[in-house]
Amino acid sequence: MVEDPVMSTAKEAILQRIRAALGDDQPGWGTQSTREDTRSLNIERGYRTHGETKKQQRVGLFVRHVEEYKARVSQISEQKLPQTVADICSAEKVKKLVIPPGLDEKWLPGPESGLTFLRDEPDLLSYDELDKSDAVLTGCFRAVAQTGTIVLNAGPGQGRRALTLIPDFHICVVRREQVTGIVPEVFWDLEPVIREEGAPVTFISGPSATSDIELDRVEGVHGPRRLHVVIV
Amino acid sequence: MSSSETGIHPTFEKTARSFLDNSQLRSNLGHATRTIRDKRRGVVDEMPDWEELREAGRQIKQKVMQNLDHYLLQLETSVTRAGGVVHWARDAAEANRIILDLIKERGETEAVKVKSLTTDEIGLNKALAKEDIMALETDLAELIVQMAGDEPSHILVPAIHKNRSEIRDLFRDKLGKPDLTDNPAELTEAARRYLRKKFLSAKIGISGSNFAVAETGTVAVVESEGNGRMCTTLPQTLITVLGIEKIIPAWQDLEVFMQLLPRSSTAERMNPYNTFWTGTTEGDGPQEFHLVLLDNGRTQVLADPAGRETLHCIRCSACLNVCPVYERTGGHAYHSVYPGPIGAILTPQLRGLSDKSAASLPYASTLCGACYEVCPVKINIPEILVHLRGRVVRHNKNWGGIRGKVNPELMGMKWLAWTLRSRSRYERAQKMARKGQRWFMHDDVISKLPGMLSGWTAMRDLRPVAEQTFREWWRTRS
Repeated sequence: MVEDPVMSTAKEAILQRIRAALGDDQPGWGTQSTREDTRSLNIERGYRTHGETKKQQRVGLFVRHVEEYKARVSQISEQKLPQTVADICSAEKVKKLVIPPGLDEKWLPGPESGLTFLRDEPDLLSYDELDKSDAVLTGCFRAVAQTGTIVLNAGPGQGRRALTLIPDFHICVVRREQVTGIVPEVFWDLEPVIREEGAPVTFISGPSATSDIELDRVEGVHGPRRLHVVIV
Repeated sequence: MSSSETGIHPTFEKTARSFLDNSQLRSNLGHATRTIRDKRRGVVDEMPDWEELREAGRQIKQKVMQNLDHYLLQLETSVTRAGGVVHWARDAAEANRIILDLIKERGETEAVKVKSLTTDEIGLNKALAKEDIMALETDLAELIVQMAGDEPSHILVPAIHKNRSEIRDLFRDKLGKPDLTDNPAELTEAARRYLRKKFLSAKIGISGSNFAVAETGTVAVVESEGNGRMCTTLPQTLITVLGIEKIIPAWQDLEVFMQLLPRSSTAERMNPYNTFWTGTTEGDGPQEFHLVLLDNGRTQVLADPAGRETLHCIRCSACLNVCPVYERTGGHAYHSVYPGPIGAILTPQLRGLSDKSAASLPYASTLCGACYEVCPVKINIPEILVHLRGRVVRHNKNWGGIRGKVNPELMGMKWLAWTLRSRSRYERAQKMARKGQRWFMHDDVISKLPGMLSGWTAMRDLRPVAEQTFREWWRTRS
């Protein structure tokens, strides 16, 4: 790209202002003598980097926190998934279910469920088709017990971001071993994904919500209004 | 200097007075700040390592400020590598021009927008409207404020000054729904329906950002309603405005701020949605990403080592909710998109002290220190307030012409310093005061002082100078 003269001037000016602002300053950071030295300094990370070590307790905590966000939770064995998905869909009057690429086919209910699967491949679903769907079924990358958060990174079985955004109801399958303890653990796990692929990451903690009118919490604004987490 | 933010505003002292008379506002605000404050305490107390997180947050931000030039260049490289385009803007006008041109080049006249203080600061919506481009606010509260032609009054809940019946009336009128009730769920549903059509057809999305990671080029938006996800995911083109102080060095640093911010801000363990995107991704989300790096006075803040820490702010609004002054006056009294204690230190530094309204803000505080205690990145707001008060006095002395030099407060303080320097002068002054105060004493207290000094006694009684001081008593003993 050809350097735009205006842009490069603004860039030079801002950098120059920063250097002038910091110029004669002592770094004031231990015994380091130059600004550059402070960059290699380690931040004191005295906070916890690992949470609960027992899986059973992690899952229990995750369930409790997700439920506090007014999301629903089911805990079942993986073989029962097709039946559970069919039951959830029939209870919530879901007819058209969005299926992201790479979702485990063994999770899907059979034809007797009467569900229509909307698949995002080979052709992408339009926003309009997604808007007219009733729900989306996905897996996830990780879940965080401490905060009741589901983490998506557009991996297989999760699909592109629009799939979990436009439909009004999100059914998310979380494997028990995907539940981590605390927030730093999930950032640690995400780091290679970000470095290598730069994949978009979404954190979901309950259905969308607002407290903008007199701080009354209303669940369901623009994102899916209902969230059902199925733990297998 | 920002453009929308300049213009002549009255001082805080003047405006605060009129807001204090508004009992509806005070009751809305009192309820709101109390609720968030109590909730925040609950979720912070369950964190055994909260203080360690705060300290790490402070250190990361300090490191960023000391190397801001380096991290900005690194961010530019990493965003470009990931498929984004980086723009630099010295001030509001330049940023608005860049965004305007980007929209026009694409032949569009409408954009959907996520709530963003930075874009409010540069007056983006007005700048776009001037050239017939509509930037639609999609956050519920911002939509309310935009429809009402009003200004936000709180960082986090901008429509906190409006109650449900006011909002119902507004929606009945603007959305053409005469049957709406004042039930918040119903009002929210009306906004959802109205905005959904806009989201699905929008070609341009505009956002601010909470964090940008220099190392990876990842940009983050933290939100609750899903309008942030809509705006950063569905349009073909995404334009993000980033104040240069929002940068953090490494991906790992997000683990600190993503714990500090939600608990301090909405008082939740985690807010409903966080989106982290790195440039563009084929087949997922916007295929064009523009990042506008904004200075607009920030380097001016950086240049004052004693005020620099102000740039550490992550805009959580915890300090607003604990501030006894904010709780009573509300956000509008600050005449800035940044109200409350953080606004009282940020606004005067961004706009400069020649702006009388901004220069009055460091005095909008009782210096109680509650803001410092809750600040997730440990900004010592009271200390900076005092520092800025000193700067305001020096500024007025140097630039205020003859009126600045003969300012009665300044002269009074000079006289006081001279008096206190010598024991004999001090004692003589005491004697004089003892004689003089008789004229103002009622029931053994001074309840009303004359002239300029009346401000001090307007709200409180003053103890008189004692009939006999300890020294005097000591002398009579021997």
